Amino acid sequence: MSKWDISGLNEWKSDEFPLGAVIPESGNSRDYVTGGWRSQRPERNDATCTQCLICWIMCPDSAVNTENEQVTTFNLKHCKGCGVCANQCPVDAITMVPEGCDLPEVK
Amino acid sequence: MPTQKTIAATGNTVVAEAMRQCAPDMMAAYPITPQTTIVEEFAGFVAKGRVHTEYITVESEHSAMSACVGASAAGARVMTATSSQGLALMWEELHIASGMRLPIVMANANRALSAPINIHCDHSDIMGARDTGWITLFAETAQEAYDNTIMAIRIAEHPDVLLPTMSCLDGFITTHSIDRVCIMDDETVTGFVGQYTPKNALLDIENPVTHGAFAGLGGPFFEFKKSQREAIERSRAVIKDVGAEFSELSGRPFGMVETWGMEDADVAIVVIGSTAGNVRHVARQMRESGIKAGVVKIRCFRPFPYAELAAALSGVKAVAVMDRAESFGAEGGPLFLEVRSALYDATERIPVIDYIYGLGGSDVRLELIETVLNDLSEIAAGAQAPTGLVYLGSR
Repeated sequence: MSKWDISGLNEWKSDEFPLGAVIPESGNSRDYVTGGWRSQRPERNDATCTQCLICWIMCPDSAVNTENEQVTTFNLKHCKGCGVCANQCPVDAITMVPEGCDLPEVK
Repeated sequence: MPTQKTIAATGNTVVAEAMRQCAPDMMAAYPITPQTTIVEEFAGFVAKGRVHTEYITVESEHSAMSACVGASAAGARVMTATSSQGLALMWEELHIASGMRLPIVMANANRALSAPINIHCDHSDIMGARDTGWITLFAETAQEAYDNTIMAIRIAEHPDVLLPTMSCLDGFITTHSIDRVCIMDDETVTGFVGQYTPKNALLDIENPVTHGAFAGLGGPFFEFKKSQREAIERSRAVIKDVGAEFSELSGRPFGMVETWGMEDADVAIVVIGSTAGNVRHVARQMRESGIKAGVVKIRCFRPFPYAELAAALSGVKAVAVMDRAESFGAEGGPLFLEVRSALYDATERIPVIDYIYGLGGSDVRLELIETVLNDLSEIAAGAQAPTGLVYLGSR
């Protein structure tokens, strides 16, 4: 199935949208940047982190980046700042810090 | 014209029969007086294997319409029925069905809303739901209830429309009275309604889709509402075409507005539903005493036939609107507001008087309708029209 082209979506007229607000493809939430909703962002302390990956399991937006089964960074284009990762971390290696509004990732 | 069988049956019996002939894939329903026998008889058809419908018993009308929304999004042809408090309990799902553009067809047995508790006919249930985005047809008789139910499938499922459609019949008066009804054979109805091909069916696993997504935070919610408006405007032509095609098969006329005696009428009554028959009867009698009375019956309330109504009423000297529902604090009942708006562009200003009648099944005697036509006749002759609405026959 070819990719659903949503370029210019903000300019679409009423008859250009799919019927009944249907999203006619699966897996496209990666194209929908939700980082701008965030008021706090997670920061991970590499010294205390045990790499248990509980944050990676629990993140509702799959916004914990990994490499070779190790947590590396957070995907701040999609992280909504819900704080589930910090709350679930068994060693308190993640803290939520107040967010500015000028991060290049969410522009 | 295909052969038809003439039977004596209640409105509910023939609505259940029409539903069986339309062969929905799914029905979820909850019984409520005076709709009960529709879903009871339909459940009987399912039990006897006379229709292959997935019949889901639910714990409330809220659940009934929720299940219907789910099944329709899955790609099923869905029908159900309700009344009064049941329709009120469906309130949020009525909007969801129309917003998701799901062509669910529902019969509604018009009944008053509490309080005080009442189980009899008026139109306050459907008039309260008139802005939920459903196409709304009204029946005067059991025959029209049968016909409207079948036509509703074609209208709702039409690719230019894809909106849920309600087929209304008056509680007890039409639902429970034995009437003479012509029933088509199953093959004719099957051929007429055709096969439903859903768009964006959830069960089409080759083409996964998301239904019920979010469109806020600057999203296109406004544009989706506009597309609903565009769809219901397109439905006007579809309703006329489907009505004409059905008339060819049935031999029975269909119009969004149906008129009697309007060719030379001086005064006219606009009415919805079962009372239309009595109004025509009285109008016929009054013509013998020299009052040129006409009757305009609204058979399709949403979309509202403004142009047809204005054309039908052009040239009359006074109009009475019979409203079987209140819109407390408004200038008149729901039908009055529509009718007077339809006449705003008329060259001649026609006096329009609103008569609220028959709430909670209160009796609409012929002599009450006579008083309406006498009032109109005096106004047409120059008498001052009453200010404010008239509670017809109330103490």
